[in-house]
Amino acid sequence: MDMRSTGRTRGSGPTALLDRATVRDIALVCLADALVGASFGAISVSGGLPVWVPVAMSVLVFAGGAQFAAVGVVLAGGGPAAAVVAGLVLNTRLLPFGFAVADVLGSRWSALLPGAHVVTDESVAFALRESDVGRRRAAFWTCAVALFLVWNVAVVAGAAAGRLISDTDALGLDAAFPAVLLALVLPSLTRRTGPAAALGAVVALAATPFVSPGLPVLLALVGLVLVVRRTAAEPTPAGES
Amino acid sequence: MPFAAIVVLAVGTYALRIAGPLAHHRFTLPPRLQELLSDAAVVLLVALVVTSAVAAGQHPAGWARPVAVLLAGVLVWRRAPFPVVVVAAAATAAGVRLLGVA
Repeated sequence: MDMRSTGRTRGSGPTALLDRATVRDIALVCLADALVGASFGAISVSGGLPVWVPVAMSVLVFAGGAQFAAVGVVLAGGGPAAAVVAGLVLNTRLLPFGFAVADVLGSRWSALLPGAHVVTDESVAFALRESDVGRRRAAFWTCAVALFLVWNVAVVAGAAAGRLISDTDALGLDAAFPAVLLALVLPSLTRRTGPAAALGAVVALAATPFVSPGLPVLLALVGLVLVVRRTAAEPTPAGES
Repeated sequence: MPFAAIVVLAVGTYALRIAGPLAHHRFTLPPRLQELLSDAAVVLLVALVVTSAVAAGQHPAGWARPVAVLLAGVLVWRRAPFPVVVVAAAATAAGVRLLGVA
C-alpha cells in the first residue's frame, strides 16, 4: 500500500551490509505482521474455516491483504469465485511492485523464482529505501525471508489459538479484521483516491442487502470513475497524491 | 474455501509478482495504469472495511463492531502503533457487548 519510500540519502558505499536502524525497522515490521498473521489465523478458524485453509493460503499466496480479503468474503457468506477475485484485485498492486524490484531480483532463475514469491508491500518498501543495488538486495532479502518465516509461524499459532476460542464475538475479534484493513489502507487515502473510495463504499453499502455477499466489495470499483475522469480532465499527467 | 480456489489465487498472485521482473527489459507499465491499479486496491480495501464494519452477510452487524472500527480509525489517524489499534478495536467491541449493546 503506502510504500513510504522516503528516498533517504545515505552513503551508498559498495558495502551490502544493512545499518542497525534498517535491521531494527525490519524487526518491528515483522513483529507487527506477526500480530496480523496471528489474527488472520484466529479469525479464519474461529469463523468456521478448517485450520489448513489459513495455513495453505499463507504459504501459497503470502499476501496479507488479499488473504484477509478472500477470507472476509467467504466468512461474509460469499462464494469462492468472489473471494478469489477480491484477492486478485488487491494483489494487482504487486504488478508495479514487481517492476520496481526487477533489478533487485536479477535474472538468475535460482533467485528470481523464489524471490518473486516474497515480493510484498514491506519487502519492496525496504528495498526502495536503499539507493545502492547491493543494499537494496540485502534489505529486500532480509525483510522478505524474515517476513515469510514470521508470517507463516504466526498464522499457524493464530489458527491453533482460534480453535480454542469458542465465542470470538465476545472477545471482539470480528472488529479486529476491519481494524487491520483500516490501518493498512488509511495512509494511502489521498485527495485523489478519497472521493473514489467514498463513492465505492457507498455503492458497496447500498448493494449489501440486495446482492450476494462478496459482490458489494467488487461493485465498489465503480468508484474508480472519479479517478479516471479526474485524470482525464487534468491538462498535465497527474503526479499528485 | 476449496483448495482449488486457494491455488487459483496463489497462481494468479505469483503471476502478478513475477511479470515485472520477467518483462522489465522489454517494457514498463504506463504510469496511468500503475496509478489505476493502486487506486483500485485502495477503493476495494475501503469498501471491505466499511462493509465488514457495519454488515454481517446481508444484515446489519449491530453497534459494537462499527463503534470499534470507528475508534480504530481515530487511532490510525492519530498515528497510534499498529498493535494498539488492533487490540483497542477488539477490546472496544468486546466492551460494548459486555455492556449489553448488541
